[in-house]
Amino acid sequence: MYDMKALYEATSVQHAIELLKEHPEAKIIAGGSDVLIQMREGRLAGIELVSIYKIDELRGISMDDDGTLRIRPLTSFSHITRDPLIQKHINVLGEAVDKVGGPQIRNIGTIGGNTCNGVTSADSASTLHAWDAIMEITGENGVRRLPIREFYVGPGRVALAHDELLTSILIRKESYEGYLGHYIKYAMRNAMDIATTGCSVNCKLSADKKVFEDVRIAYGVAGPVPMRTPSAEAAIRGKEVSMENIEAFAKAALQDVNPRTSWRASKEFRLQLVEELAKRALIECVKLSGGTI
Amino acid sequence: MIVGKSVKRVDAFDKVTGRALYTDDMADKSALIAKIVHSTVAHGYVKSVDISEAEKVEGVVKIVTCFDVPKFKFPTAGHPWSTDPHHQDVSDRLLLTEHVRFYGDDVVAIVAENEIAATQAARLVKVEYEELPFVLDPLESMKDGAPQLFEDYPNNILNHTGYEDGNYEEAIKDPGLIKIEGWYETPIVQHCHIENHICYAKEEAGKIVVVSSTQIPHIVRRVIGQALGIPWGRVRVIKPYIGGGFGNKQDALYEPLCAYLSTQVGGRLVKLDVSREETFVSNRVRHPIKFHLTTYAREDGTFVARRMEGFSNQGAYTSHGHGIVAKGATGFRQLYQSELATKADVYTVFTNCPVAGAMRGYGIPQAMFALESHIEDCAKALGLDPMAIRTKNMMPVGFVDGFSKNENYFDSLNQVIEKGKKYIDWDRKFAEYQNQTGPIRRGVGMAIFWYNTAVWPISLESCSCRMVLNQDGSIQLQLGETEIGQGADTVFSQMAAETLGIGMDKVHIISTQDTDLTPYGTGAYASRQTYIGGFAIKQTALILKDKILEYAHYLCRMPKFDLDIIDGNVVHLTTKRTLISLEELATTALYSLERSEHITAESTYQCKSNAFSLGCAFAEVEVDIPLCKVKLLNLINVHDCGQLINPQLAEAQVHGGMSMAIGFGLSEQLLLDPKTGRPLNNNLLDYKLSTTMDHPHLEAQFVENFEPTSAYGTKALGEPPAVPGAPAIRNAVLNATGVAINKLPLNPHNLFARFKEEGLL
Repeated sequence: MYDMKALYEATSVQHAIELLKEHPEAKIIAGGSDVLIQMREGRLAGIELVSIYKIDELRGISMDDDGTLRIRPLTSFSHITRDPLIQKHINVLGEAVDKVGGPQIRNIGTIGGNTCNGVTSADSASTLHAWDAIMEITGENGVRRLPIREFYVGPGRVALAHDELLTSILIRKESYEGYLGHYIKYAMRNAMDIATTGCSVNCKLSADKKVFEDVRIAYGVAGPVPMRTPSAEAAIRGKEVSMENIEAFAKAALQDVNPRTSWRASKEFRLQLVEELAKRALIECVKLSGGTI
Repeated sequence: MIVGKSVKRVDAFDKVTGRALYTDDMADKSALIAKIVHSTVAHGYVKSVDISEAEKVEGVVKIVTCFDVPKFKFPTAGHPWSTDPHHQDVSDRLLLTEHVRFYGDDVVAIVAENEIAATQAARLVKVEYEELPFVLDPLESMKDGAPQLFEDYPNNILNHTGYEDGNYEEAIKDPGLIKIEGWYETPIVQHCHIENHICYAKEEAGKIVVVSSTQIPHIVRRVIGQALGIPWGRVRVIKPYIGGGFGNKQDALYEPLCAYLSTQVGGRLVKLDVSREETFVSNRVRHPIKFHLTTYAREDGTFVARRMEGFSNQGAYTSHGHGIVAKGATGFRQLYQSELATKADVYTVFTNCPVAGAMRGYGIPQAMFALESHIEDCAKALGLDPMAIRTKNMMPVGFVDGFSKNENYFDSLNQVIEKGKKYIDWDRKFAEYQNQTGPIRRGVGMAIFWYNTAVWPISLESCSCRMVLNQDGSIQLQLGETEIGQGADTVFSQMAAETLGIGMDKVHIISTQDTDLTPYGTGAYASRQTYIGGFAIKQTALILKDKILEYAHYLCRMPKFDLDIIDGNVVHLTTKRTLISLEELATTALYSLERSEHITAESTYQCKSNAFSLGCAFAEVEVDIPLCKVKLLNLINVHDCGQLINPQLAEAQVHGGMSMAIGFGLSEQLLLDPKTGRPLNNNLLDYKLSTTMDHPHLEAQFVENFEPTSAYGTKALGEPPAVPGAPAIRNAVLNATGVAINKLPLNPHNLFARFKEEGLL
């Protein structure tokens, strides 16, 4: 039994926007794997809900004419993992969301919900950051696009007005072409957990596999929102593939992160993870790219 | 032979198809819903309760506060009652309390037409507290000037017991002794049974009827009577199938409150369904215990003098109390022998933590973690092989405990160790894994354990059984002992079939206990039921069989002593002839115009014995030092629990216990905010119960020495599987890294701190 005031079922994006305008207190519900929990805990007790779950136009993955990957927000984690376009171009995203919760949650949970919650630990978020994802947002005045870094504005807060919907997550061709990535979710157990720290790294090696042409890295739970570590990226871009350079890269990541101590983990321990995970994830990327280390 | 066979569970089909009914399935949908308002301070007095806003919620029927409830103090522990006041459980609970002693104590109860109204009202109740200082650590709690929980217990000490075999102070003066000592600590963990505690109550025919998810219906009946101040016969408790208990439901939990609430709404049906968050905090937990162990040994590894000091954190109320750490002290005394002296002092101390009660192993997982870690430390300090130091000092064959008269009849410990060593390839790996370098290292470790069976002579052990012969030659079988998922109904049925000489299909066990209908038995705890139930079943089956053969004698005129029941037929032993089928006999007996008889048997067996149940675990781990993670590669438990009644069920029981040991060893702990006493992770996301993805293959093996004191050669297997895993894992990490971690769980936080201290990071 859930304590809700009303549930409005949207039939289209436009309808959802209208419903949200009509009900200024309402909250969007998609798969419900976060919202229902908050209702049960009492935080959202007595809430009005606008359900977008039946809007099929918000489901699925496709490629635009210019090669941009378009991930619609209601796509479930398990569908992302099994999607051929994802597997071909950005397989690490499928691997990352396959680490969420357990099979039931991955069948109901959506990537849109995962990002719009604005939490730093979301398994999709660090990978989307690391691949320069662009958030496409639809409101009554049309569509706008925002780099994912600007989308996350604070813990639990994203740059989405009350009557706006996330309608696509875009990965441009130049962001994925030639890159291979690896995600490490560090958690206290191997399933049904949230990340203590998550680290997503991808790289593009030179043709001879000897040089890092580009490396991108992003973390979850290394600060209040998912974040890139520009110092680490700068430290390795254009450098030779070597253990020494990878270690320097991992150390440089420490300059940008800002984890905090909580009962879930100490800052010191998280810093230990930040460095170690960067190293391990990049070594995996090198191996995936056909390089040797 | 039916005993010893892996017959199908008698409840398998009902459970798999969903036909089996649990408490919530049985509650009428018109039930009123009860919700409890819990204390939001760790210690204090309720100054006032404002229910004015809560009462306005539509659907609220009744609000009862701590000021309204009767003041009959009652005990909650699931122990048999003692008629000797000195041996009775401590009565320190009220249905709701003004003096709150932990964050989560029970202050107000709401009864409403539905769950939403009850929940909304519970949120609107305003409780004003006079806050008092609180204490969470037992050693702090014992100090002078610490906040006091109860007037009657100075320094918050519920109990302190000890023993001294020999003269410890003299013994340690023996020349040439090496002293090894250490502190070992276990955390608060919770049972995490699948079905949270749930009960419902109503008044009917002048009685209060309570249906509850409990392990101990007959005991709960008594406690409800005590709590409400009514005659025990006016209480009827019904126990349907339950989704696990592991000892949490070996307490009267909310049955007394629920019964009381029903009386406050005109006897209407009131259902109290406890949430998972409440289960963690406001039911029971495992006692966290700090042990200080000291061993004085000779260079050759002989233990000369040994000492245990233990400080058990009782939390805010007595519940099972001192029995837990006291049992640990007995295990310490018996599993290893000292040449000159063994001494123990153990304390059970109140703190403002959640209440600790019974949990699978009853103090022994804690004590064996301390002891088997310490033994490993002794081996290391003395430069001896950890296996050799154990075999040199452990309980010998022929050992008899003076108090319980338990005898170690067999060489069980060496036999289980041999099996474990072979499975894990110990000799090769233990040597190979010494002195590794690099970030990822492997190790093997092991632990043995001591357990006993049932509670004699600490407490009463009795069990009653009823058998009724049907016209078709089948029987109804009833016991007060409960099926809680472990398979008790199946093994009881096997025993009855075995002794009566009938097939499993001819035994209809009545799974439900109803205190108005079911013969007396104390219930599922202390790994007692297969052992104790066995006596009552055998005794009753023999009575029934005697009556059947008496009737056969009447019908067939052959002497009773020359008759037996084989495969459901009465057989004349001398001629090997089948004289009459049981079906024909039973039908004739019931409807006979000459001599009509309803053939039944009922008897009580009081057991005055007990039996050691011994075993071991071997673990193999891979430790990722930079990530502070332990990966469990291999785990085996080997048990000597006597004759296996049902090998497949026994194996399943061991798997479940091993899983619990993995969580206890590696990941589980309930955290309290040191500043407020508030629980931080009382949910299944933040409390790291291990998942199937965290388990390796679980190997269960057995040594089957037929237990001479037992009706069917069996002894404890309910709890022991949860015991040896954690110290085996801890010792494997020591083997891998050289780092001894004496505080459970071996989670990344504790490993990070220890690896830093030892310079590995």
